[in-house]
Amino acid sequence: MSKQRVVITGLGVCAPNGVGISAFTEAIKKGISGIRFQQELANLNFGCQIAGQPEIPDGLLEKYFTPLQLRDLEATGITYGMIAGVDAWNDAGLSVTDKETVDYDSGIIFGTSLLGVEKFRKAIYLTDEGKVKRLGSTTVIQTMASGISAYLGGYLGCGNQVTTNSSACTTGTESILMGYDRIVNGYAKRMLVGGCNDAGPYIWGGFDAMRVLNKKHNDQPEQGSRPMQSDASGFVPGSGAGALVLESLESALERNATIYAEVLGGAVNSGGQRQSGSMTAPNSNAVQCCIKDALQDTTVNPNDIDTINGHLTATGMCPTEIKNWSEALGRSGDNFPYINSLKSMTGHCLAAAGSIETVATILELQYGMVFGNSNCNDIHPDITAIVAENKIPNKTIFRDIQIAAKASFGFGDVNCCMLFKKFNS
Amino acid sequence: MNTDNYDALKTIIKIYLPEDVSVDDITPNSHLINELNINSANLVDVVLDVEDHFDITIEDDEIEKMDTVASALEIISQKVAK
Repeated sequence: MSKQRVVITGLGVCAPNGVGISAFTEAIKKGISGIRFQQELANLNFGCQIAGQPEIPDGLLEKYFTPLQLRDLEATGITYGMIAGVDAWNDAGLSVTDKETVDYDSGIIFGTSLLGVEKFRKAIYLTDEGKVKRLGSTTVIQTMASGISAYLGGYLGCGNQVTTNSSACTTGTESILMGYDRIVNGYAKRMLVGGCNDAGPYIWGGFDAMRVLNKKHNDQPEQGSRPMQSDASGFVPGSGAGALVLESLESALERNATIYAEVLGGAVNSGGQRQSGSMTAPNSNAVQCCIKDALQDTTVNPNDIDTINGHLTATGMCPTEIKNWSEALGRSGDNFPYINSLKSMTGHCLAAAGSIETVATILELQYGMVFGNSNCNDIHPDITAIVAENKIPNKTIFRDIQIAAKASFGFGDVNCCMLFKKFNS
Repeated sequence: MNTDNYDALKTIIKIYLPEDVSVDDITPNSHLINELNINSANLVDVVLDVEDHFDITIEDDEIEKMDTVASALEIISQKVAK
Protein backbone atom coordinates (compact mmCIF):
# COMPACT_ATOMS: atom_id res chain seq x y z
CA MET A 1 0.00 0.00 0.00
CA SER A 2 1.36 3.41 -0.87
CA LYS A 3 1.94 5.88 1.94
CA GLN A 4 -1.04 8.00 2.88
CA ARG A 5 -0.66 11.77 2.61
CA VAL A 6 -1.53 13.51 5.88
CA VAL A 7 -3.17 16.90 6.25
CA ILE A 8 -4.25 19.13 9.11
CA THR A 9 -7.98 19.76 9.22
CA GLY A 10 -8.53 21.15 12.73
CA LEU A 11 -6.77 23.47 15.17
CA GLY A 12 -7.38 24.24 18.83
CA VAL A 13 -5.39 26.23 21.35
CA CYS A 14 -5.49 27.31 24.97
CA ALA A 15 -2.47 29.58 25.24
CA PRO A 16 -1.35 32.22 27.75
CA ASN A 17 -1.92 34.89 25.09
CA GLY A 18 -5.16 33.58 23.63
CA VAL A 19 -7.81 30.96 24.35
CA GLY A 20 -9.39 29.80 21.08
CA ILE A 21 -7.96 30.08 17.57
CA SER A 22 -9.32 33.53 16.72
CA ALA A 23 -8.00 35.20 19.91
CA PHE A 24 -4.67 33.41 19.51
CA THR A 25 -4.35 34.41 15.83
CA GLU A 26 -4.92 38.05 16.76
CA ALA A 27 -2.39 37.76 19.57
CA ILE A 28 0.42 36.38 17.43
CA LYS A 29 -0.25 38.87 14.63
CA LYS A 30 -0.10 41.80 17.05
CA GLY A 31 2.57 40.47 19.40
CA ILE A 32 0.28 40.32 22.43
CA SER A 33 2.02 38.86 25.47
CA GLY A 34 0.45 36.29 27.78
CA ILE A 35 3.07 36.68 30.47
CA ARG A 36 1.86 38.17 33.73
CA PHE A 37 3.09 38.79 37.25
CA GLN A 38 2.11 35.89 39.51
CA GLN A 39 1.47 36.97 43.10
CA GLU A 40 1.46 33.34 44.20
CA LEU A 41 5.06 32.88 43.01
CA ALA A 42 6.09 36.05 44.83
CA ASN A 43 4.44 34.83 48.04
CA LEU A 44 6.43 31.61 47.74
CA ASN A 45 9.78 33.42 47.29
CA PHE A 46 10.34 32.35 43.70
CA GLY A 47 13.23 34.05 41.93
CA CYS A 48 11.09 34.25 38.77
CA GLN A 49 7.66 35.67 39.65
CA ILE A 50 6.25 35.91 36.12
CA ALA A 51 4.66 33.16 34.04
CA GLY A 52 2.38 32.39 31.15
CA GLN A 53 -1.00 30.94 32.05
CA PRO A 54 -4.17 30.86 29.93
CA GLU A 55 -7.00 33.08 31.17
CA ILE A 56 -10.20 31.04 31.02
CA PRO A 57 -13.34 33.19 30.66
CA ASP A 58 -16.12 32.55 33.20
CA GLY A 59 -18.63 29.99 32.05
CA LEU A 60 -16.42 28.57 29.28
CA LEU A 61 -15.67 25.26 30.99
CA GLU A 62 -19.33 24.18 31.02
CA LYS A 63 -18.93 23.59 27.27
CA TYR A 64 -16.25 20.98 27.84
CA PHE A 65 -17.10 19.28 31.13
CA THR A 66 -20.17 17.88 32.89
CA PRO A 67 -21.15 19.52 36.21
CA LEU A 68 -19.87 16.39 37.98
CA GLN A 69 -16.48 16.59 36.22
CA LEU A 70 -16.21 20.29 37.01
CA ARG A 71 -17.01 19.88 40.68
CA ASP A 72 -13.55 18.75 41.70
CA LEU A 73 -11.49 19.41 38.58
CA GLU A 74 -8.08 20.48 39.80
CA ALA A 75 -5.83 19.35 36.95
CA THR A 76 -5.17 22.51 34.96
CA GLY A 77 -3.53 20.43 32.22
CA ILE A 78 -6.79 18.57 31.66
CA THR A 79 -8.68 21.88 31.57
CA TYR A 80 -6.36 23.33 28.94
CA GLY A 81 -6.08 20.08 26.96
CA MET A 82 -9.84 19.58 26.78
CA ILE A 83 -10.41 23.13 25.51
CA ALA A 84 -7.74 22.77 22.82
CA GLY A 85 -8.60 19.18 21.89
CA VAL A 86 -12.38 19.55 21.68
CA ASP A 87 -11.98 22.85 19.81
CA ALA A 88 -9.71 21.20 17.23
CA TRP A 89 -12.22 18.38 16.75
CA ASN A 90 -15.09 20.83 16.26
CA ASP A 91 -12.93 23.02 14.01
CA ALA A 92 -12.36 19.97 11.80
CA GLY A 93 -16.11 19.60 11.44
CA LEU A 94 -16.03 16.24 13.17
CA SER A 95 -18.85 15.20 15.46
CA VAL A 96 -18.93 13.56 18.86
CA THR A 97 -20.24 9.99 18.59
CA ASP A 98 -23.50 9.02 20.27
CA LYS A 99 -23.57 6.80 23.35
CA GLU A 100 -23.63 3.54 21.42
CA THR A 101 -21.10 4.36 18.68
CA VAL A 102 -17.31 4.04 18.76
CA ASP A 103 -15.20 5.71 16.05
CA TYR A 104 -12.49 3.09 15.48
CA ASP A 105 -10.88 5.16 12.72
CA SER A 106 -10.04 8.06 15.05
CA GLY A 107 -7.41 8.07 17.77
CA ILE A 108 -5.66 10.41 20.18
CA ILE A 109 -2.02 10.99 21.08
CA PHE A 110 -2.03 13.83 23.57
CA GLY A 111 1.10 14.40 25.63
CA THR A 112 1.90 15.96 28.95
CA SER A 113 4.66 16.18 31.54
CA LEU A 114 3.14 16.01 35.03
CA LEU A 115 -0.64 16.04 35.21
CA GLY A 116 -2.87 17.18 38.06
CA VAL A 117 -0.14 18.27 40.49
CA GLU A 118 -2.64 20.35 42.51
CA LYS A 119 -4.87 17.28 42.81
CA PHE A 120 -1.89 15.11 43.70
CA ARG A 121 -0.78 17.55 46.40
CA LYS A 122 -4.18 17.31 48.12
CA ALA A 123 -4.13 13.52 47.80
CA ILE A 124 -0.72 13.38 49.44
CA TYR A 125 -1.90 15.45 52.42
CA LEU A 126 -5.04 13.32 52.87
CA THR A 127 -3.05 10.10 52.57
CA ASP A 128 -0.51 11.26 55.14
CA GLU A 129 -3.33 12.15 57.51
CA GLY A 130 -4.62 8.58 57.26
CA LYS A 131 -7.68 9.67 55.28
CA VAL A 132 -7.06 7.74 52.09
CA LYS A 133 -10.80 7.09 51.63
CA ARG A 134 -11.28 10.85 51.19
CA LEU A 135 -9.39 10.71 47.87
CA GLY A 136 -12.65 9.73 46.17
CA SER A 137 -12.82 8.44 42.61
CA THR A 138 -11.22 11.39 40.78
CA THR A 139 -7.66 11.35 42.13
CA VAL A 140 -6.43 8.63 39.81
CA ILE A 141 -8.03 9.94 36.62
CA GLN A 142 -6.77 13.47 37.18
CA THR A 143 -3.22 12.50 38.13
CA MET A 144 -2.45 9.68 35.69
CA ALA A 145 -0.40 11.08 32.82
CA SER A 146 -2.89 9.64 30.32
CA GLY A 147 -5.74 11.46 32.08
CA ILE A 148 -5.82 14.01 29.27
CA SER A 149 -6.13 11.49 26.45
CA ALA A 150 -8.69 9.59 28.56
CA TYR A 151 -10.86 12.68 29.11
CA LEU A 152 -10.67 13.55 25.41
CA GLY A 153 -11.32 9.96 24.32
CA GLY A 154 -14.42 9.73 26.45
CA TYR A 155 -15.78 13.04 25.25
CA LEU A 156 -15.24 12.31 21.55
CA GLY A 157 -15.82 8.54 21.43
CA CYS A 158 -12.49 7.67 19.76
CA GLY A 159 -11.79 3.97 19.33
CA ASN A 160 -8.37 3.92 17.67
CA GLN A 161 -5.18 4.24 19.75
CA VAL A 162 -5.77 6.61 22.69
CA THR A 163 -2.56 7.39 24.54
CA THR A 164 -0.30 10.01 26.08
CA ASN A 165 3.34 10.59 25.14
CA SER A 166 5.90 12.26 27.37
CA SER A 167 9.31 13.56 26.33
CA ALA A 168 9.70 16.76 28.35
CA CYS A 169 9.70 19.90 26.18
CA THR A 170 9.66 17.82 22.99
CA THR A 171 6.30 16.24 23.91
CA GLY A 172 3.96 18.47 21.90
CA THR A 173 5.93 18.19 18.67
CA GLU A 174 6.58 14.48 19.14
CA SER A 175 2.84 13.77 19.45
CA ILE A 176 2.36 15.19 15.94
CA LEU A 177 4.98 12.89 14.47
CA MET A 178 3.50 9.90 16.31
CA GLY A 179 -0.01 10.63 15.05
CA TYR A 180 1.32 11.28 11.55
CA ASP A 181 3.08 7.89 11.55
CA ARG A 182 -0.18 6.13 12.42
CA ILE A 183 -2.04 7.69 9.52
CA VAL A 184 0.82 7.32 7.02
CA ASN A 185 0.90 3.60 7.76
CA GLY A 186 -2.83 3.21 7.37
CA TYR A 187 -3.55 2.37 11.04
CA ALA A 188 -5.90 5.33 11.53
CA LYS A 189 -7.79 7.85 9.41
CA ARG A 190 -7.75 10.67 11.93
CA MET A 191 -5.58 11.43 14.96
CA LEU A 192 -6.12 14.20 17.47
CA VAL A 193 -2.60 15.16 18.55
CA GLY A 194 -1.12 17.77 20.83
CA GLY A 195 0.15 18.43 24.31
CA CYS A 196 -0.84 20.10 27.52
CA ASN A 197 0.93 21.28 30.64
CA ASP A 198 -0.32 22.09 34.12
CA ALA A 199 0.30 25.57 35.54
CA GLY A 200 1.44 26.58 38.98
CA PRO A 201 4.25 26.69 41.50
CA TYR A 202 4.66 22.92 41.85
CA ILE A 203 5.31 22.63 38.12
CA TRP A 204 7.56 25.66 37.83
CA GLY A 205 9.42 25.40 41.17
CA GLY A 206 11.96 22.84 40.02
CA PHE A 207 13.00 25.07 37.13
CA ASP A 208 13.35 28.04 39.48
CA ALA A 209 15.61 25.89 41.69
CA MET A 210 17.75 24.99 38.66
CA ARG A 211 18.25 28.73 38.06
CA VAL A 212 17.14 28.45 34.43
CA LEU A 213 14.31 31.02 34.74
CA ASN A 214 14.57 34.77 34.15
CA LYS A 215 14.56 36.60 37.50
CA LYS A 216 15.23 40.09 36.11
CA HIS A 217 11.83 41.14 34.80
CA ASN A 218 9.44 40.56 37.69
CA ASP A 219 8.32 44.18 37.37
CA GLN A 220 8.08 44.03 33.55
CA PRO A 221 6.42 40.69 32.84
CA GLU A 222 5.74 41.32 29.15
CA GLN A 223 9.42 42.00 28.56
CA GLY A 224 10.50 38.90 30.48
CA SER A 225 10.70 36.35 27.69
CA ARG A 226 13.64 37.31 25.46
CA PRO A 227 14.59 34.56 23.00
CA MET A 228 17.62 35.48 20.81
CA GLN A 229 18.04 38.81 22.65
CA SER A 230 21.60 39.71 23.66
CA ASP A 231 20.76 39.78 27.38
CA ALA A 232 18.58 36.64 27.47
CA SER A 233 19.23 35.05 30.84
CA GLY A 234 16.56 32.45 31.40
CA PHE A 235 13.15 31.34 30.22
CA VAL A 236 9.74 32.33 31.54
CA PRO A 237 7.65 29.30 32.53
CA GLY A 238 4.32 28.78 30.82
CA SER A 239 1.40 26.39 30.54
CA GLY A 240 -1.55 25.63 28.29
CA ALA A 241 -2.36 23.29 25.42
CA GLY A 242 -2.34 23.07 21.65
CA ALA A 243 -4.13 20.52 19.47
CA LEU A 244 -4.32 19.52 15.82
CA VAL A 245 -6.53 17.10 13.94
CA LEU A 246 -4.39 15.10 11.52
CA GLU A 247 -6.23 13.25 8.81
CA SER A 248 -5.45 11.20 5.73
CA LEU A 249 -5.82 13.35 2.62
CA GLU A 250 -8.28 10.78 1.33
CA SER A 251 -10.53 11.12 4.37
CA ALA A 252 -10.30 14.91 4.36
CA LEU A 253 -11.27 15.12 0.67
CA GLU A 254 -14.10 12.64 1.18
CA ARG A 255 -15.52 14.82 3.96
CA ASN A 256 -14.84 17.98 1.99
CA ALA A 257 -12.99 19.27 5.07
CA THR A 258 -11.07 22.53 5.29
CA ILE A 259 -7.39 21.70 4.88
CA TYR A 260 -5.01 24.03 6.73
CA ALA A 261 -1.73 22.45 5.66
CA GLU A 262 -0.01 19.21 4.79
CA VAL A 263 2.24 17.38 7.24
CA LEU A 264 5.24 16.43 5.13
CA GLY A 265 6.83 14.38 7.88
CA GLY A 266 9.63 14.71 10.38
CA ALA A 267 12.15 13.00 12.58
CA VAL A 268 12.80 12.26 16.21
CA ASN A 269 16.05 11.27 17.92
CA SER A 270 18.16 11.58 21.05
CA GLY A 271 21.69 12.81 21.54
CA GLY A 272 22.28 10.02 24.03
CA GLN A 273 23.49 12.54 26.62
CA ARG A 274 26.90 12.13 25.01
CA GLN A 275 29.31 14.62 23.36
CA SER A 276 27.88 18.11 24.10
CA GLY A 277 24.59 16.56 25.31
CA SER A 278 23.53 15.95 28.91
CA MET A 279 20.32 15.44 30.86
CA THR A 280 19.56 19.15 30.41
CA ALA A 281 21.54 20.24 27.33
CA PRO A 282 21.15 19.05 23.74
CA ASN A 283 23.90 17.29 21.85
CA SER A 284 24.33 19.63 18.86
CA ASN A 285 25.37 16.79 16.56
CA ALA A 286 22.08 15.03 17.31
CA VAL A 287 20.06 18.23 16.80
CA GLN A 288 21.61 18.68 13.37
CA CYS A 289 21.10 15.00 12.61
CA CYS A 290 17.42 15.28 13.57
CA ILE A 291 16.88 18.27 11.25
CA LYS A 292 18.70 16.48 8.41
CA ASP A 293 16.69 13.30 9.02
CA ALA A 294 13.48 15.34 8.74
CA LEU A 295 14.69 16.75 5.41
CA GLN A 296 15.55 13.30 4.17
CA ASP A 297 12.23 11.81 5.31
CA THR A 298 10.29 14.51 3.50
CA THR A 299 12.67 14.93 0.53
CA VAL A 300 12.45 18.68 1.13
CA ASN A 301 15.34 20.70 -0.25
CA PRO A 302 16.72 22.77 2.68
CA ASN A 303 16.65 25.85 0.44
CA ASP A 304 12.87 25.54 0.14
CA ILE A 305 12.22 26.12 3.84
CA ASP A 306 10.66 29.57 4.16
CA THR A 307 10.43 29.91 7.90
CA ILE A 308 11.48 28.19 11.11
CA ASN A 309 9.55 28.22 14.36
CA GLY A 310 12.43 27.45 16.70
CA HIS A 311 12.66 25.98 20.17
CA LEU A 312 14.51 29.15 21.30
CA THR A 313 13.71 29.35 25.02
CA ALA A 314 15.95 32.30 26.01
CA THR A 315 18.18 30.37 28.43
CA GLY A 316 21.34 31.42 26.61
CA MET A 317 21.24 28.41 24.28
CA CYS A 318 19.64 30.36 21.41
CA PRO A 319 22.94 31.06 19.58
CA THR A 320 23.78 27.33 19.70
CA GLU A 321 20.36 26.46 18.27
CA ILE A 322 20.77 29.00 15.45
CA LYS A 323 24.20 27.58 14.63
CA ASN A 324 22.69 24.07 14.50
CA TRP A 325 19.92 25.15 12.12
CA SER A 326 22.44 26.98 9.95
CA GLU A 327 24.80 24.01 9.71
CA ALA A 328 22.03 21.43 9.21
CA LEU A 329 20.36 23.46 6.44
CA GLY A 330 23.59 24.79 4.95
CA ARG A 331 22.13 28.30 4.99
CA SER A 332 23.24 31.54 6.60
CA GLY A 333 23.19 35.34 6.32
CA ASP A 334 20.56 36.64 3.89
CA ASN A 335 19.96 33.11 2.68
CA PHE A 336 18.80 31.92 6.11
CA PRO A 337 15.02 31.31 6.41
CA TYR A 338 12.90 33.56 8.59
CA ILE A 339 12.97 32.43 12.21
CA ASN A 340 10.89 33.22 15.25
CA SER A 341 10.04 32.05 18.74
CA LEU A 342 6.50 32.03 20.07
CA LYS A 343 7.97 31.79 23.58
CA SER A 344 8.61 35.55 23.43
CA MET A 345 4.82 35.94 23.90
CA THR A 346 3.79 32.81 25.82
CA GLY A 347 6.85 31.80 27.81
CA HIS A 348 7.95 28.20 27.63
CA CYS A 349 4.80 26.08 27.84
CA LEU A 350 6.87 22.93 28.49
CA ALA A 351 5.04 19.78 27.31
CA ALA A 352 2.49 21.99 25.54
CA ALA A 353 5.12 24.18 23.85
CA GLY A 354 5.59 22.16 20.66
CA SER A 355 1.87 21.85 20.04
CA ILE A 356 0.98 25.51 20.72
CA GLU A 357 3.95 26.58 18.59
CA THR A 358 2.93 24.23 15.78
CA VAL A 359 -0.57 25.72 15.82
CA ALA A 360 1.14 29.12 15.36
CA THR A 361 3.22 27.69 12.52
CA ILE A 362 0.14 26.37 10.72
CA LEU A 363 -1.51 29.80 11.12
CA GLU A 364 1.60 31.33 9.49
CA LEU A 365 1.10 29.04 6.48
CA GLN A 366 -2.61 29.82 6.40
CA TYR A 367 -2.27 33.60 6.56
CA GLY A 368 1.05 33.89 4.71
CA MET A 369 2.84 35.55 7.58
CA VAL A 370 5.80 35.30 9.90
CA PHE A 371 4.77 36.45 13.36
CA GLY A 372 7.11 38.94 14.99
CA ASN A 373 9.53 38.15 17.79
CA SER A 374 8.78 40.23 20.88
CA ASN A 375 11.60 41.58 23.04
CA CYS A 376 14.09 41.01 20.27
CA ASN A 377 15.43 44.43 19.27
CA ASP A 378 19.05 43.77 20.24
CA ILE A 379 19.86 40.34 18.85
CA HIS A 380 22.69 38.35 20.38
CA PRO A 381 25.91 39.03 18.39
CA ASP A 382 26.60 35.31 18.02
CA ILE A 383 23.27 35.07 16.19
CA THR A 384 23.74 38.09 13.93
CA ALA A 385 27.12 36.60 13.01
CA ILE A 386 25.16 33.74 11.40
CA VAL A 387 21.77 35.18 10.37
CA ALA A 388 20.88 38.48 8.70
CA GLU A 389 18.84 40.60 11.13
CA ASN A 390 15.94 40.98 8.69
CA LYS A 391 15.38 37.22 8.95
CA ILE A 392 14.43 37.68 12.61
CA PRO A 393 11.44 40.04 12.32
CA ASN A 394 10.32 41.83 15.47
CA LYS A 395 6.99 42.75 13.88
CA THR A 396 4.72 40.41 11.97
CA ILE A 397 5.45 40.42 8.24
CA PHE A 398 3.31 39.00 5.45
CA ARG A 399 5.04 36.75 2.93
CA ASP A 400 4.15 33.77 0.78
CA ILE A 401 5.11 30.94 3.12
CA GLN A 402 5.08 27.50 1.47
CA ILE A 403 7.18 25.34 3.79
CA ALA A 404 7.70 25.79 7.52
CA ALA A 405 9.89 23.87 9.96
CA LYS A 406 9.19 23.37 13.65
CA ALA A 407 11.55 21.76 16.13
CA SER A 408 11.52 21.14 19.87
CA PHE A 409 14.28 19.92 22.16
CA GLY A 410 13.76 18.47 25.63
CA PHE A 411 15.43 17.36 28.84
CA GLY A 412 16.81 13.87 28.42
CA ASP A 413 18.53 15.13 25.24
CA VAL A 414 15.55 14.38 22.98
CA ASN A 415 14.74 16.16 19.72
CA CYS A 416 11.92 16.34 17.21
CA CYS A 417 11.70 18.25 13.92
CA MET A 418 8.59 18.52 11.72
CA LEU A 419 8.03 20.01 8.28
CA PHE A 420 4.70 21.44 7.10
CA LYS A 421 3.59 22.69 3.69
CA LYS A 422 0.85 25.00 2.60
CA PHE A 423 -1.81 22.81 1.00
CA ASN A 424 -2.18 23.34 -2.70
CA SER A 425 -4.87 21.12 -4.16
CA MET B 1 -39.23 7.19 55.95
CA ASN B 2 -37.63 10.48 56.96
CA THR B 3 -38.52 12.84 54.11
CA ASP B 4 -35.83 15.36 55.06
CA ASN B 5 -33.19 12.66 54.71
CA TYR B 6 -34.77 11.45 51.45
CA ASP B 7 -34.74 14.92 49.94
CA ALA B 8 -31.16 15.49 51.05
CA LEU B 9 -30.07 12.18 49.52
CA LYS B 10 -31.83 13.01 46.25
CA THR B 11 -29.97 16.31 46.11
CA ILE B 12 -26.69 14.49 46.69
CA ILE B 13 -27.41 11.85 44.03
CA LYS B 14 -28.58 14.35 41.41
CA ILE B 15 -25.14 15.36 40.14
CA TYR B 16 -24.14 11.71 39.61
CA LEU B 17 -27.09 10.90 37.34
CA PRO B 18 -26.28 10.41 33.66
CA GLU B 19 -27.92 12.81 31.19
CA ASP B 20 -30.77 10.44 30.37
CA VAL B 21 -31.87 9.96 34.00
CA SER B 22 -33.85 12.71 35.71
CA VAL B 23 -33.99 13.46 39.42
CA ASP B 24 -37.74 12.72 39.13
CA ASP B 25 -36.85 9.12 38.25
CA ILE B 26 -35.56 8.58 41.77
CA THR B 27 -37.85 6.49 43.99
CA PRO B 28 -37.11 4.83 47.33
CA ASN B 29 -36.78 1.49 45.54
CA SER B 30 -34.39 2.75 42.83
CA HIS B 31 -31.20 0.70 42.48
CA LEU B 32 -28.32 3.18 42.34
CA ILE B 33 -26.29 1.40 39.67
CA ASN B 34 -28.78 -0.78 37.79
CA GLU B 35 -31.70 1.66 37.60
CA LEU B 36 -30.30 5.15 38.12
CA ASN B 37 -27.23 4.21 36.00
CA ILE B 38 -24.79 5.84 38.38
CA ASN B 39 -21.22 4.93 37.39
CA SER B 40 -20.06 2.36 39.95
CA ALA B 41 -16.77 4.26 40.37
CA ASN B 42 -18.78 7.26 41.60
CA LEU B 43 -20.40 5.34 44.49
CA VAL B 44 -17.36 6.15 46.66
CA ASP B 45 -18.02 9.85 45.96
CA VAL B 46 -21.71 9.51 46.85
CA VAL B 47 -20.63 7.98 50.15
CA LEU B 48 -18.20 10.86 50.82
CA ASP B 49 -20.95 13.38 50.11
CA VAL B 50 -23.35 11.52 52.42
CA GLU B 51 -20.71 11.46 55.17
CA ASP B 52 -20.11 15.20 54.80
CA HIS B 53 -23.78 16.15 54.69
CA PHE B 54 -24.97 14.01 57.63
CA ASP B 55 -21.71 14.22 59.57
CA ILE B 56 -21.45 10.44 59.86
CA THR B 57 -18.91 7.76 58.96
CA ILE B 58 -19.89 4.85 56.75
CA GLU B 59 -17.79 1.70 56.94
CA ASP B 60 -16.75 -0.37 53.92
CA ASP B 61 -19.09 -3.28 54.72
CA GLU B 62 -21.98 -0.82 54.98
CA ILE B 63 -21.18 0.66 51.55
CA GLU B 64 -21.76 -2.76 50.05
CA LYS B 65 -25.30 -2.76 51.49
CA MET B 66 -26.13 0.68 50.04
CA ASP B 67 -27.46 -0.64 46.73
CA THR B 68 -30.82 1.15 46.67
CA VAL B 69 -32.02 4.56 47.81
CA ALA B 70 -34.00 2.93 50.61
CA SER B 71 -31.08 0.89 51.93
CA ALA B 72 -28.90 3.99 51.89
CA LEU B 73 -31.56 5.89 53.85
CA GLU B 74 -31.74 3.09 56.38
CA ILE B 75 -28.00 3.23 57.04
CA ILE B 76 -28.16 7.03 57.25
CA SER B 77 -31.03 7.03 59.75
CA GLN B 78 -29.28 4.44 61.96
CA LYS B 79 -26.11 6.53 62.00
CA VAL B 80 -27.84 9.87 62.51
CA ALA B 81 -29.86 8.47 65.43
CA LYS B 82 -26.70 7.47 67.33
